[in-house]
Amino acid sequence: MEAKAGVQAPVPKPAIGKGKSNLLRKLYGQRYLQAMALLGVAWMLLFHYMPMKGIVIAFKEYIGVGDISMSPWVGWEHFRAIFEDEQMVNVVRNTLGISLLKLIIGFPIPIVFALFLNELRSLRFNRIVQTITYLPHFLSWVILGGILTTWLADVGIVNDVLMGLGLIQEPIFYLSEPKYFWTIVISSDIWKEFGWSAIIYIAAIAGISPELYEAATIDGAGRFQRMRYVTLPSLKGTISILFILAVGNILNSNFDQILVLKNQLNESTSSVIDIYVYEIGIKQGRFSYSAAVGLVKGVIAFALLLLANSFTKRVNQSSLF
Amino acid sequence: MKTRDRRTRGDWIFDQFNVIAMLIICFATLYPIWYVLVNSFNDGTDAMTGGQIYWIPRQFSLENYVTVFQNAGIMTAMGVTVAKTVIGTIIHVFFTAMVAYALSHRELVFRNVYMFLGTITLFFSAPLIPNYLWMRDLGLLDTFAVYIFPAMFSFFDLIIFLTFFREIPEGLEEAAKIDGANDFSIFVRIVLPVSLPVVATIALFHGVWQWNDYFTGLLYTNSADLQPIQTFLYRVIAQSSSNQIVGATGGAINRTVTSQSIKLATMVITTVPIVVAYPFLQRYFVKGLMIGSLKG
Repeated sequence: MEAKAGVQAPVPKPAIGKGKSNLLRKLYGQRYLQAMALLGVAWMLLFHYMPMKGIVIAFKEYIGVGDISMSPWVGWEHFRAIFEDEQMVNVVRNTLGISLLKLIIGFPIPIVFALFLNELRSLRFNRIVQTITYLPHFLSWVILGGILTTWLADVGIVNDVLMGLGLIQEPIFYLSEPKYFWTIVISSDIWKEFGWSAIIYIAAIAGISPELYEAATIDGAGRFQRMRYVTLPSLKGTISILFILAVGNILNSNFDQILVLKNQLNESTSSVIDIYVYEIGIKQGRFSYSAAVGLVKGVIAFALLLLANSFTKRVNQSSLF
Repeated sequence: MKTRDRRTRGDWIFDQFNVIAMLIICFATLYPIWYVLVNSFNDGTDAMTGGQIYWIPRQFSLENYVTVFQNAGIMTAMGVTVAKTVIGTIIHVFFTAMVAYALSHRELVFRNVYMFLGTITLFFSAPLIPNYLWMRDLGLLDTFAVYIFPAMFSFFDLIIFLTFFREIPEGLEEAAKIDGANDFSIFVRIVLPVSLPVVATIALFHGVWQWNDYFTGLLYTNSADLQPIQTFLYRVIAQSSSNQIVGATGGAINRTVTSQSIKLATMVITTVPIVVAYPFLQRYFVKGLMIGSLKG
């Protein structure tokens, strides 16, 4: 990210220490700026770097009370335990399953939506559609969870409609049956985010030079050909960047959403890594084991990000870094 | 749209399909929200016993809302949410912008070190439990401050500010410098006022996050009077502790409200501020996002 910002020429400023290369004088000259920057650094140390020292509990047996430094070292024991944890298989499968399906189904939808939105002839209607479809992004998962539990209840609208159409005879308890959970999570996530995810593509499309379209039209390209050979290729860079970020997020599987929709009955398909880390840590008090699972997840997620980055770099020269 | 060519017959059919598809999408987006709204304005007992209500209230009633507004617990939670959103957003925007302004100066000594430290925060952070333990050690558990300080800075937002600040003409700052103003007062008096679009964008995003965040309240607080409305609703919806609501209504003075109808009314009240503020801020965030996307 930094490298790209570097295209701007350095701005010459009449700094006090210039020429004399006196570091202290220079620092004094920018003492207000230094103080402002250092407050930011202080925040990062206090709320981002200091919590990391607690990662040592993954190598210790810490039960939650007293000083961490007093607790005994256990080496890699908790990490070995991850491989023997029977629930882990389920948890990893759910995480990857939900994330991959969200990626495969959810990732192309905003692109297609933006392409078709761009084909609307009325700019006014275009704006209205945008305003409406962005809205769900700003609702919290708690609210959406409230809507979903209402809709999917035994007396809910979904059962009513399906029974009215004669598709089912008995009401189904959707949130209590594990086999429906992935469908619910993936479709509600798409409902909430497809419009918002399209905004970046819409902005990119707005930046495409009209001359490209004119040239394509003169060459006899029809509507779909312009979409396919002008609009879509122009989005390649944007798509790549967002794809990298999505792959880097594959282990995250939307904690806020799943925590709201998960219950004890659907646990076999709803327990994902982040939820598991939360439950074994906070609810069961297995602090050290939870920290070990969280650490492994963090390391793998970063490796995935690097992998996706080098992949898109090779395929089409777009990359995050 | 961009090229005003003559429409062929195929084009015409495509346009009709496209418009219809977009109308269906808009309907699918709005209807679930409409459904909650309609049911929250319907008599609770009637909604429970009289069958599904699809389009308009069958037995219009304000009783659900009256009950919610008389409920001290819900009102306290509402107050916590408003307080943390307003205070948290002001501090977040001011602090992040301030650091960004300092880092927007290329001649700043150690700038690369500061930027490196910040970039790391985008990719690594402590897992949940170490983070929780550190909040405990800082004494932030079960305090209002836990909503504010851990969220007062974001390096991601800093990058968006940074990109914007670089576009500000040098002359503005130089003139103030000649008048003897220091960098901090230049930031407050000159830079912030000319940066309204980006300030509004970050304020919107952070404000929405503060408003919608239920997990901070769930994880770090226990006291009922520190519980934001979203955390309250989470407990009602996900943990089905609807007795929290029914109990709070004073044993249901009248029989027309149900825990379900009160839940819907609370959801509406919780969502209204966002829906009302949203169209006003939309023009800013579209612009702000484009600034953000320029950095690549």
